[in-house]
Amino acid sequence: MTETLQLPTRRDEAWRYADLDALAPVWPDIAGKREEILVSAGESASRQLILEASDPNVAVETLAIRLEKNARFALHCLAIGADYGRIAVEVTLAKGAHFELGGAILGTGDQTLEIVTDVRHIEPGGTSNQVVRSVLGETATGSFLGKVSVARDAQKIDASQSVKAMLLDRTATANAKPELEIFADDVKCAHGATVGELDKQALFYLASRGIPPAEARRLMLQAFIADAFVSLEDEAAHDAIEAKALAVLEAIT
Amino acid sequence: MLKIDNLHAEIGGTEILKGLSLEIAAGEIHAIMGPNGAGKSTLAYVLGGRDGYEVTQGSATYDGEDLLDMDPHERAAAGLFLGFQYPVEIPGVSNVQFLRTALNAQRKARGQEELSGGDFLKLAREQASALKMNAEMLKRAVNVGFSGGEKKRNEMVQMGIIDPKLAILDETDSGLDIDALRTVGEGINTIMRKPEKAVLLITHYQRLLDVVKPDYVHVLVDGRIVRTGGADLAHQLEEQGYEAIAEAA
Ligand SMILES: Nc1ncnc2c1ncn2[C@@H]1O[C@H](COP(=O)(O)OP(=O)(O)OP(=O)(O)O)[C@@H](O)[C@H]1O
Ligand SMILES: [Mg+2]
Repeated sequence: MTETLQLPTRRDEAWRYADLDALAPVWPDIAGKREEILVSAGESASRQLILEASDPNVAVETLAIRLEKNARFALHCLAIGADYGRIAVEVTLAKGAHFELGGAILGTGDQTLEIVTDVRHIEPGGTSNQVVRSVLGETATGSFLGKVSVARDAQKIDASQSVKAMLLDRTATANAKPELEIFADDVKCAHGATVGELDKQALFYLASRGIPPAEARRLMLQAFIADAFVSLEDEAAHDAIEAKALAVLEAIT
Repeated sequence: MLKIDNLHAEIGGTEILKGLSLEIAAGEIHAIMGPNGAGKSTLAYVLGGRDGYEVTQGSATYDGEDLLDMDPHERAAAGLFLGFQYPVEIPGVSNVQFLRTALNAQRKARGQEELSGGDFLKLAREQASALKMNAEMLKRAVNVGFSGGEKKRNEMVQMGIIDPKLAILDETDSGLDIDALRTVGEGINTIMRKPEKAVLLITHYQRLLDVVKPDYVHVLVDGRIVRTGGADLAHQLEEQGYEAIAEAA
């Protein structure tokens, strides 16, 4: 028996910036669907996730990850391609576990793309690091909602989020919303969020050396999003996801 | 090679260049000296094509073409190099990547074949070594965390790699220690002192001109060239200051 889940509403924090109209037609198919990942004690795993959509042009990927004691998991993802695209990740970390997220949100036109994370430190000594970079043109909306909760007695947690967005046009929108729910007292939670535009001085410097404007922009954007992939240790996987991201940048700039 | 005629330029509605004329022929090195705020960097930026400057009158012709009508990257591909008074930091982009992209973009624009990674690295290492810059710095992000002097040296390494026809060097000597100044000066001579090339050297100090001997020295005051002379004019300026020279003009 599957119960029918209600279409989310904007009052639901995690769906606040979602494109619910785009979601509605596919909702019956995807509601409640999630991929479960378990990383056993002391093990490491990694995963790359690239959103893909066709018709209707909506892509929603939901991962539920459980990390046992001292387990490590690294997720590198691209929120791209769809009119409405969403990567939702729920992570539960046991003692000493580590979760690493590197995500890029790259969109233009009227795309709505988002990465939504819910990182739950339920035992002491865990760490999480989330790096998200967005590049948004025209009237695209890119959102990162990052919830971190630390349970009572889950001491010595170190959770950090770095979220930066680059707007190619003033009409694009970037949302960055960290949400902390902390019930332990010896915890380090750092988060930083910035929204900016390409540095004009740097663009002129590149142009003065002969680099055409489009190529100069790409060079800078490539450097900007590279932060999201530095934590991907496997060189081939790193190069593959970066190449995909660059191809998207090429198309949207 | 470069002919600037009665150039007037504004920034945000304020006129900075007020009828500047200057002609530079191939094989020549010209120095421009002048007080702070006279418009030296403005001239360099207008010639480089930076946004925000409005040319209201006059012209600048480079090899017979209207320089002001070209985009900055086209000027570079045509052989113009701008050495920045304040080189810009570009986080995340390595010197190697930056310069290889730049050189190949220029070569492509000129219809030349692109340089391979290996050939480029060889060239970059040669130039770094000629300017006594540690080759490790080529791997670092462009100017990020470089000291003031290192940035200036890096400008000259870039010039060596790009091998331009006309270099406009805005206070490339400021911030350099005495030995670095000599190295950079000799670098400028090696790279640019050729019959088919020319240099416009903006400087406040005689010391660089002892190494890179100018054929002409111009004094720029309040947006105009008020006096032109030979290399000895720089000595005279050093002794008497701009005010006396400007008044005498
Ligand atoms: N963006 C700007 N807006 C308004 N005024 C400006 C701007 N940039 C430069 N200026 C003014 O233009 C004048 C000329 O500046 P410029 O930088 O060309 O001087 P300079 O001769 O290079 O001086 P220095 O020897 O100090 O480098 C100065 O009075 C400066 O304040
Ligand atoms: Mg200046």
